[in-house]
Amino acid sequence: MDEQGLRGLIADVKAGKLSRRAFINQMIAYGLTAPLAMQMLVYSGAAHAQAKPTPYKPTKRGGGGPLKTLWWQGATLLNPHFAVGTKDQDGSRIFYEPLAAWAEDGSLYPLLAAEIPDLENNGLAKDGKSVTWKLKPGVKWHDGKPFTADDVVFNWQYASDPATAATTIGSYKDVKAEKVDDLTVRVLFDKPTPFWADAFVGVRGMIIPKHLFAEYSGGKSRDAPANLKPVGTGPYKFVDFKPGDMVRGEINNDYHIANRPYFDSIEMKGGGDAISAARAVLQTGEFDYAWNLQVEDEILLRLEKGGKGKVSLAETGNIEHIQLNSTDPWTEVDGERSSMKTKHPTLSDKAVREALSLLVDKKSVQDHIYGRTGIATANFVNNPPKFVSKNTHWEFNVDKANKILDEGGWKKGADGIREKDGKKLKFVYQTSINTPRQKNQAIVKQACQKAGIDIEVKAVTASVFFSSDVANWDTYPHFGCDLQMYTTTMTQPDPETFLLQFVSWEVATKENKWQGRNITRWTNKEADDAFKAAQAELDPVKRAALFIKINDLAVNDHAVIPVVYRPRVQAQNTKLAVRHSGWDSDFWNLQDWYKEA
Amino acid sequence: MDGSILASRSAEVSAAPRKVRPFSPWLDAWRRFRRHRLAFASAIVLLIMILSIALGPFIWRVAINDIDFAARMEPPSWAHPFGTDDLGQDLLARMLYGGRISLAVGLSAMAVAMTVGTAIGAAAGMSRRWVGPALMWLTDLFLSLPALPLLLLVIYLFRDTLKAAFGVEGGVFIMIVIVIGGLRWMPVARLVRAQFLSLREKEFVEAARALGASKRRQVIRHILPNALGPVIVAATIDVAAAIIAESTLSFLGLGFPPDIPTWGRILYDAKDYLDIAPHWALFPGAAIFLTVLTINFIGDGLRDALDPRKVM
Amino acid sequence: MGRYLLKRLLIAIPSLLGISVILFTVLALAPGDPFGELATNPAVPPEVRDALRIKFGLDDPVVVRYFRWLIAMLHGDWGFSFASRIDVDTLILQRLPATLFVIGSAQLLALLIALPVGVLAAMRPYSIFDQITSTLAFVGFSLPTFFTGLLFILIFSIQLDWLPFVFRDIDATGWQWLVEELKQSIMPICVLGLFQAASTTRYVRSATLDVIRLDYVTTARAKGLGERVVIIKHVVRNALIPVVTLVALQMPAIFGGAIVTEQIFRIPGIGSLLISAILANDTPVIMAVTFVFACLVVLFNLIADVLYGWLDPRITLG
Repeated sequence: MDEQGLRGLIADVKAGKLSRRAFINQMIAYGLTAPLAMQMLVYSGAAHAQAKPTPYKPTKRGGGGPLKTLWWQGATLLNPHFAVGTKDQDGSRIFYEPLAAWAEDGSLYPLLAAEIPDLENNGLAKDGKSVTWKLKPGVKWHDGKPFTADDVVFNWQYASDPATAATTIGSYKDVKAEKVDDLTVRVLFDKPTPFWADAFVGVRGMIIPKHLFAEYSGGKSRDAPANLKPVGTGPYKFVDFKPGDMVRGEINNDYHIANRPYFDSIEMKGGGDAISAARAVLQTGEFDYAWNLQVEDEILLRLEKGGKGKVSLAETGNIEHIQLNSTDPWTEVDGERSSMKTKHPTLSDKAVREALSLLVDKKSVQDHIYGRTGIATANFVNNPPKFVSKNTHWEFNVDKANKILDEGGWKKGADGIREKDGKKLKFVYQTSINTPRQKNQAIVKQACQKAGIDIEVKAVTASVFFSSDVANWDTYPHFGCDLQMYTTTMTQPDPETFLLQFVSWEVATKENKWQGRNITRWTNKEADDAFKAAQAELDPVKRAALFIKINDLAVNDHAVIPVVYRPRVQAQNTKLAVRHSGWDSDFWNLQDWYKEA
Repeated sequence: MDGSILASRSAEVSAAPRKVRPFSPWLDAWRRFRRHRLAFASAIVLLIMILSIALGPFIWRVAINDIDFAARMEPPSWAHPFGTDDLGQDLLARMLYGGRISLAVGLSAMAVAMTVGTAIGAAAGMSRRWVGPALMWLTDLFLSLPALPLLLLVIYLFRDTLKAAFGVEGGVFIMIVIVIGGLRWMPVARLVRAQFLSLREKEFVEAARALGASKRRQVIRHILPNALGPVIVAATIDVAAAIIAESTLSFLGLGFPPDIPTWGRILYDAKDYLDIAPHWALFPGAAIFLTVLTINFIGDGLRDALDPRKVM
Repeated sequence: MGRYLLKRLLIAIPSLLGISVILFTVLALAPGDPFGELATNPAVPPEVRDALRIKFGLDDPVVVRYFRWLIAMLHGDWGFSFASRIDVDTLILQRLPATLFVIGSAQLLALLIALPVGVLAAMRPYSIFDQITSTLAFVGFSLPTFFTGLLFILIFSIQLDWLPFVFRDIDATGWQWLVEELKQSIMPICVLGLFQAASTTRYVRSATLDVIRLDYVTTARAKGLGERVVIIKHVVRNALIPVVTLVALQMPAIFGGAIVTEQIFRIPGIGSLLISAILANDTPVIMAVTFVFACLVVLFNLIADVLYGWLDPRITLG
């Protein structure tokens, strides 16, 4: 899919021949994100950047009783600028709001902004170097003080200060925010920035009040009392917080959108495991909403039979991938395994990689493990066949794999394992501890056995696997084995950071303490060039074409084997009306939640 | 009345002369053990379990990881006497395979805990100077250590050396047995020490001492047999705990790989399917229960057999 | 006795210090990184992580970190959690009531069941009563709490719909509060209590059996004392030594919580705080909780030793 093809699709959308939804789904299949896809449409005049409003039935504020939600990983802190993981972002989102949030199709939903900036209302500068946000008038903090542009500018200062050690710093350190007047803020970039909707938008854009945090920025940030007693602009006011266990809020009667919120109080309970959370919503009805259900679909279907609740899915760009090591994890060079100075003895043969990609039975993985929660093929609705890209075409074929290996000179030895030049096809395949993943490993292992490939399965405890411990060879950046599998999340609305995993200067090495993003250590000059070109490209369509090229190169060279797409899965009470978006927090639209009578 | 010493032994001896049986303390103990019916029966049952686990895979030749999506979660049938799990794998084969590990781990870890605990408890209980308090400090230390960080550390430090020395499975086995046994000896030590503190003051020990028995002989011949009560109870509890602990370790990624079907692991995998496939959890649960039962009765029998005061 | 007690208390201080050194070293050496989750987030540049490490003093040598911790502890500053950015003592105090209530009640239930059942079973060994209770005990401790907890939930919450299974803060008052609180606590208390009771009953039975056959019991009976007096005054008192040892070993667990039961029922106890701190590598929290736990271990074992002397006057502890 090159630039021409993309422009063709966009023209179809404009002409009404292709629905926006189908276009966005297709872009996701190519490895892009809905926000980027929407940006392409907006830039070409095929869509508006502002999201459609949510249908809302209640006619007055309050009276809805308590809203009980269950997050099986409880929020551990309530300052959005320190949030580690979505649990903290979601906990903070009950009380704080950003200027705008990402809707399910990648469009922007204004919250504290009066409207979404675009080229027509002069919100976006033509040279791509600034964005002007108009703020909503009449918004008050929970303690009654008015919300102004000073608060927005303060958030930029707070987050961009390295001494604060905010986890949101990535979105604020390369921009500058200035106050134009009390209700207008301009964000300035030092070079043309195609993706302007990062600062103050979505989970990294929640605004905290200047009057409570000004004294506590920089080195004193940990001492702010408002860290534990949040005062925001959101639909609920703070009541109580027990880290890891529970967050409670009560209705904000001065909320800036009329007739909202519907519920009188909200509780976000934490702890336990995903499956009992599913039971609490679907079987006993003790709770109204449960987050992130990483449970086999078969169990979920059974629980839904009670009729008290239903499972809902939000599309995201998350893909469960198997990574193939380009280097040798079993040879140590200067105290480093999987060093760039080595090449993998067997996986560097393209025939082997191709065979492996044919041995992953994605259909069984989808049917018997993930069900609705893991989709083996790309999520096409109307798929014009001429635009199918190779990376969305997959096959499970043991015979073909055997043939490719035979032709490549890999003969089966006495023990049934293929070998060539004295090297055997024996791999260690690791992932984190997670029952669906272990089942996935078992399926792959069995298929590989039939093709003469021996797999040793390894599972590492999640807190170690996903850590950055420099000395531990079991972490995923170290890649101390031949194959590893996990979900690469794309919660960043812009795929640029996601695609860093395929460029050569991001290879994780001992020198950069394994903090590089390129885990497979795969390098390709074409991909490098395409990435550099994309960074400077202002036209989102050209940029998207370059991203697709990088993705295609990686997948066709079998640096990674995509397994299933993982939408976000949650359970909710049948009467609860929630608008889901996979590109923002679960609570991105909390003010519009209500229960049918 | 039980435990009473008859006034006169000559009352029995004066009956018609009997054939003289060969006598030795061990043979005597064995005879007494045999007479404890439940203990004897349990020993047989345990032997049967061990034999079936050792020889079973040669008779029942179904593979343990044959994934068969068509036969998922089937209740017991002729093709699958114990039923199948959610990937269609045969449970009987998995139980037989995993039983090796579960029984071996359970019994070995229990043996380690009992031996270390009894030794330390006896030493602490007999000492009158600094050895006792020092050993008790060590016990307190181990009781305070948080299991999980310690496990992570031990595994991180020793996994590769053990793997190199004993192979993958052997290394993991030794590590698990030491880790589980090494964290369960403390209650045994304290219980044994308490028994010793009370027993060493009793008259029969004083009598032995007066007759010139060395400390070692006092302990082994006189005090230890009487102190074994809590040790036996601890042993039965520890076998079950060790089998379950192994599955917890596997669940945390610190023990055997997750595709090895130990009994505790099967129980853990089966827990979410209790309402649709109860047979899946029933078999490992029953197996653990049976192991515990047999160990307990064997222990009871052993104690009665070795107890010099008990007249059978 | 007074002098012995004083001597033991004085020795307890250096022994606790020794334990704290080893605890701290184990935690410092164990693999895992408190800011690991940040590492997987591409939006967080490495400088931020490094700044956080320096801020929390994670790159200093172990000895320095230990003394910093010790001095802070002596000043009453129990540390600052990496994960939650709040003071550790606040975290612990928040969780203490639920832990004491649920776990404490479970231990109490266990004792209330184990003592009478164990003694009665020993009085009539191998009778029907003994066989049934022993079998139930075996089933009790053969099945792990994650299993029995789930079984209870399936039966009482899902099938019968009698009880809620998620432990929450109840916003009600007075009588209604009590009823709701009991409804949500009864299952975890029973699961944990019955598991404990199973093993404790076996110990009580074994200890009583050991004593009940001894000569002085026969003598007491021969003297014509009523069975009840014989049991209570002579048998139980001497059988209590192992029981006291056991109870002393289990007391610190009331503070430490019961990790599995707390996870299943979502009880905000110290056990679940500990396990989530361990998984998040939140060292200050782990250190504080394990240190308090160590103090309780030393304290209760000391009390047990003193009680031995009272239960059996012949025991001298040297």
